[in-house]
Order: sequence, then C-alpha cells, then structure tokens
Amino acid sequence: MEQLFDLALINSALRVLTPILLAALGGALCSRVGLFNVGLEGFMLLGAFSAVVGNYYFGNVFYAILFAIAIVSIFSLIFAYLSINLRANVIVVGIAMNALAAGLTTFSLRAIFDVKGAFYDNTMVGLPKWNIPVIEDIPVIGPILAGLTPLVYLSFLIAGLMWYYFYRTKSGFRFLAAGENPLAAKSVGIRVARYQYGAVLASGVLCALAGAQLSLGQVTMFTEGMTAGRGFIALVATMLGQSGPLGVTAASLLFGFMDALSIRFQGLALPTHFTQMLPYVVTILAMFFFKDKSFQKDALKQGSSSR
Amino acid sequence: MLLQMDSITKKYGEFSANRGIDFSLRAGEVHAIVGENGAGKTTLMRILYGMEQPTSGTIRLNGKEVSFASPLDAIQSGIGMVHQHFMLFPSFTIAENIVIGNEPGAGAVFDRKQAVKTVEELCEKFGMKVDPQAIVSSTAPGVQQRVEILKVLYQGADIIILDEPTGVLTPLEVQELLEAIKQLSKQGKSFILISHKLNEVLDVADRITVLRDGAVTGVVDKHATDAHEISRLMVGRELLELDRKPITPGDKVLEVTDLSLRGTKGKPVLDAVSLSVRAGEIVGVAGISGNGQSELLQLISGLAQPDGGRIAVAGKDVTGKAPRDIRESGLAHIPEDRYVWGANRTATVMDTGLMGHHRRLQKSGLLKLKDIRALVSGWVQKFSIKTGSLETSTQYLSGGNLQKLIVARELEQGTPFLIAAEPTRGVDIGAMETIHGELLKRREEGTGILLVSSELTEILKLSDRVLVMYEGRIAGELSAKEATEEKLGLLMAGGTLQ
Repeated sequence: MEQLFDLALINSALRVLTPILLAALGGALCSRVGLFNVGLEGFMLLGAFSAVVGNYYFGNVFYAILFAIAIVSIFSLIFAYLSINLRANVIVVGIAMNALAAGLTTFSLRAIFDVKGAFYDNTMVGLPKWNIPVIEDIPVIGPILAGLTPLVYLSFLIAGLMWYYFYRTKSGFRFLAAGENPLAAKSVGIRVARYQYGAVLASGVLCALAGAQLSLGQVTMFTEGMTAGRGFIALVATMLGQSGPLGVTAASLLFGFMDALSIRFQGLALPTHFTQMLPYVVTILAMFFFKDKSFQKDALKQGSSSR
Repeated sequence: MLLQMDSITKKYGEFSANRGIDFSLRAGEVHAIVGENGAGKTTLMRILYGMEQPTSGTIRLNGKEVSFASPLDAIQSGIGMVHQHFMLFPSFTIAENIVIGNEPGAGAVFDRKQAVKTVEELCEKFGMKVDPQAIVSSTAPGVQQRVEILKVLYQGADIIILDEPTGVLTPLEVQELLEAIKQLSKQGKSFILISHKLNEVLDVADRITVLRDGAVTGVVDKHATDAHEISRLMVGRELLELDRKPITPGDKVLEVTDLSLRGTKGKPVLDAVSLSVRAGEIVGVAGISGNGQSELLQLISGLAQPDGGRIAVAGKDVTGKAPRDIRESGLAHIPEDRYVWGANRTATVMDTGLMGHHRRLQKSGLLKLKDIRALVSGWVQKFSIKTGSLETSTQYLSGGNLQKLIVARELEQGTPFLIAAEPTRGVDIGAMETIHGELLKRREEGTGILLVSSELTEILKLSDRVLVMYEGRIAGELSAKEATEEKLGLLMAGGTLQ
C-alpha cells in the first residue's frame, strides 16, 4: 500500500481538484440565486480553449488567462440573458451551452490552428509552478505543496473569500436572500436580477480559471472535450456541498483525491478503463449517501404551501 | 388627516378596478377595508404602496401630495405593507429577516450581533416578543406574522397595511395579533386592515370602509354599525337567513372505529378515534389545526393508510382501499388544501372540473368533451365562478373562485357521504352563502356530511353535532343545541366541560 498512498498523492490530488473546485464554486454561486447551472462543463471547456488561444497569440500566461476570462464571461452572459431575461428553462439553456461550447471549440480548433483533435505548440508557456522557498524544505508540507500552480492556491483563497462574502457582508446576505425568496427580496428593494447576473458572470470567470488550469496547468495543450465531465463532477460537488463554500471545498477535495487515486491505480497494472471509473463511481455513491434531505423538505414545503 | 386618497380610479383597459374611491386615515387609527373578492381592496392598497399607478386621483400624506413609483418610495414615506402571503426568508433568523434591506454594520460588513440587539430593542419598544436568533421556518405562523410587522416597524413605517393578516393564524394567534394592533395604534401607529372576517374587523377597527365593485358603498364608524349592516353593504342585498330544517338522520354513511395513526415522535397522531356520520346529518369537527384533523381526513379518503382501526363508507368496509375504490363506495371530498389536493394549477378550468368525473364522462376511452363542457359551464353559471373561459388555466382563478369550482365538482358526485374540509377558506361572504346553502341542501337530500373547519362560526351554523379534536383524540361531542363558541374553545384548548 505504500506506493499507493504517499505525500505525492495528496500533491497530485490538489492539482486535479483545482478545476473542479473552481467550477463548483461557480456552480454554488448560481444555485444560490436559483439558477442551476448545468453549463459549467461548457464554460470550462471554452475556458480551456481560449486560454490556449490567448497563450498562443499573446505568448504570456497572464494575458492568456485574462483572454479566457473575457471570452467565457461573454459566453456566460448569453446564459444569463436567456435564463434571466427571457426566462428560458435554465437546465435546457445549460445543456445548449454545453453543446455549443463543444462544437465551438472543435470548430475553432480547425479554423484557427488548422489541426484536428488536439493542439500543442512548444512555444507556449504553461502556468508557473511555484516551489516556495523555505516551505519546500519543510517535511510533509514541502512535498505536498511542491510545484503547484498559482491557480491551486487561488482556488482555495476564492473559497475562503466566498465564505466571507456570504456570511459576513451585507451584499452577501442580500445575495443569499435573493436566492432564498426572490419575491420577498424584491419587496424590500433588492434587485434580484442584478445578483443573478453577478452570479452567472462570476461562475463564468471561475470556469475560465478552471479551464486555464486544465489546458495550461498540468500540460500545455488543448484537446477536444478535454474537460471530460469535470464540469458535471463539479455540479455534483456543488450539490453535495449544499452550495456552501466550505461544503463545496470538502466535496471537491473528495473528488480530487479519487481522481488522483485512479491515476495512481493505473500504475498498478489495473486496466485503465476500470480505474478511470473510480471518480465517477464515487460520485454516484456520494449521491446515495449524502443526499441532501433538506431538498426533500423544501419540495414537501412547496407542495403544501397554500399557493 | 394623516393620509388622504381622493377619487382614486384605476382602469385596466375597459375594466375599472377602482372607481373614484375616497379614503382617509387618521393618525393612530385602525381603518378596515372590507369587501368581496374583486371589490378593489387589493388594487387600492397596491396603489398606495406604489406597486400600481392610479389612472386618476391624488394621494396626500400629511396634506402634501405624493406619488409613489415603487414600494421603495412608499417605504421611505413611512408606509409599510404586510402581505397576505408572508414575505420571509425561511432559513434566515428572525433578526436577519427584520433588518434586511437596511442592515446594521460599518461599510460592507453585516454586523449580526448588532442586528440581534436592534431587534431586541424594537421588540421592547413595541411590546412584541420574538426570539431574534430563532430560524423563521421553525416558528409558528403567529410568530412569522409578528416578524412581518416588526420588519415594517423597523423600516420606520407609521402607516401599516395588513392584507388579510389572519388567514393562516389559529384563534389564539388571531387574538394576540388583534391585541398587538390595538397596542401599536395607542403608540401612534396607524393601520389599514384588509379583511373579510367581520368579527375581527368589528373588534379592532375604529372605522370601516366598505367596497363593492370598485366603489365605496359606505364608511361607517365601529360604534354605529353591526355585522349585519356591513355585510349588506358588501353584498349589496340582504343575506338570506339559512334555515336548518329538522331531519331525522338515517343510516350510517361513515363509520370510523378505533382509527389510529402513529406519529414520528412516539406520540400518536390519531389515537383510537371513533365517529360516525348518518345520512342527512352534518357532523362538524372543530379543533386547532394540527390536532389530527388533516390526518383523519386523509385516512378516510384513502390518501394515507392507518396503523389500526376500521373505516366503513356507506356500509362497506374500505379500510386499506385505494382512493378510487373509496370514492366509488360513496365518498366525495372537498379537500382541505385546494392547491395540493383539489386542483392541478396548470390545468384548465374544464380539466380541473372534470377530475373525478372522467370515468363517467367517456366513451371507449375518449372523453365526451361536449358533455363535459356543458357540465362545467353549468357550474360556472350556478356558482358565478369568475373565469375568463373554460380554457383559462386554474392558477389564474382567485382562491375563492377555485374553491367554488371544487365544491361544485364534488357536490356533482351525488354520493351518500361528503367530506367538506374548510369549504369556505378564503372565499367571500357571497360565495360562502352559496356554499353553505348547497351543503344544507345536500343534507336535506339525505347526504351525510363531515365538516372540518377552523372557523367556529361555520361549524356552529351548519352542524347537527360537533366533535372537538385535541391531540389526536375526540375530546368531546356536543349537540347543535349545547354547542357554543365558549364550550368549543375550552375543549379545543384541551380543557374539559364540567
């Protein structure tokens, strides 16, 4: 078992959980204002692609990420306009956004780079991998934190900030209120749609970061459909964490760890396809065991309300 | 005059919801607005609260003309509104619910400790007790009502509009609310009370404005009027005296023996309940809601299964049967909650009317639409149900009109036994008169009716016998002659009659 569990495993878990955590935080923001964002997967895929495009043209990681944020923000505004202003069914819109992102990235890959399947260019620079002096020499913590990208740290920072925003600020309080009972929120003068737009836009930004971590973090390339369901796992993490920043972080940790474990299993002569199932099996099991009873209660309450 | 509304008119296309209404409010006064559904009460208040703009007319506050573009303007001018359906955030604490929109704290930070303190001071000042740290969803409707009023007070309102405030409250909570209104008006707050419960209005209001068809039909002083005069002004004619002809009850159409239902917390929800209803008899079941009445009805109608006991409808044992079998044995059911059990909100009026009749009105699996249409439009006329057309979605019917549709549908079943649960909840006086009249007519035709109602006046008016439920048991039985509001109230609160 030694070769299975070691500090490098935790290190690798931190790397793979980052995109999930970032997207799940975005999903949590949306679901808190009553917009269940199924489009995380598409947002993330577009983020991964546009980060590579930005990187290729600007030759600078920072600009690449800004470019990705800009593109996904525009994309998320479409989602927001359809579901908030036009009141389209938010699930349908989310699925449409996923399909659009998949098609758009594949098409653009051909149109821009004239390649099929994957794009790689060795002039591209990936995200910096930080080895923090002093800390890298500390036993246990050193190896765990070795060579992580800034986005890994940022994702945890954002989770903390979100907690502070939700539970300590006036604006965060109103944000939660807008999601809990939009009608009541309007009656005290809270502009609900504004908070909804903010949530969708923020989820776009977070998914752009998640995508950038995918295409510029571990590897520096883009492949078609490279998000491989991580957006949906993030969605499960959102639900499992009951859309609270801490719960979502914990759920993402679980999934990241399972992902890392499945990669590790591949080195143990187990069939690859089998080990790759692990994160998804855990996802399903998690849904069984941690099913949120308050959802049922809410549904019951709605059913028995007088109007 | 604190508030003066002069010749307010509001037109929606051809239709006038308000026609030249004059309304005034003195400081420290409780002024009730009564009227049937659709008389224009709510429209008038929406105009005052800035949710609608009047077509013509002026609003003056302390003599100065004002106009409100949104509720926010009204709130800033010291007008607050407690909506009929609570505008609360169930998972938040009471303090959070009260301070929302104007939270204490420096800069962007929300100081929750200060919020709790502020709310405590507010409670102290106005003599309304709530626990600021309690989660709203875990509190009783009476407390939530208080939270709504405190919220309006926190916003600095001097004029408080209460829209049907007692609809969801128990009799005790209603008393507390009326007491609180009186206290606050002594402290200089003014109230506009929208209601159709005349006894409450007469208890608490100083003046009463009566509306009918969008116009004022009378402004009366409490001391110079009575319920009789007000209802005449509301309906526009004398109400018919209902008379209950003496009838000798026939065979038992419902017999319930030792019915039991276990609860989740060890305490039984129903504890060996036995009762019977005979043909031509109305048996009233009184009790504060939550003492097992709802569950009793669900067991009788087959919506839930008992843990023990027997149920017989029209002489047939139906224990453990499905609702369809029980209905076919001879049950019709006007359900307690019309939106949950009584109607499909998104179905049309015609479809909602068809429910339960669909097996009869068909031919080899195809619905006989012509017959159905004739039947439902007959009800619409007879009960004067206000609906755009038979194709209108049920959700657009007002509560009272939907109730009339459901009552008509269930009466049409023509069964020997009928459950009437809260048959007039939320309906106006005219409709109530119709529904009560129909129930009495069915009684004369020999139907046995089990009437469950939280309105004691209704129970006393219609019942031949009254049963009181308390904590899952029948706490007492009174004949129509013996039953008084006091005796029933005592039994409902768990007391005994000596």
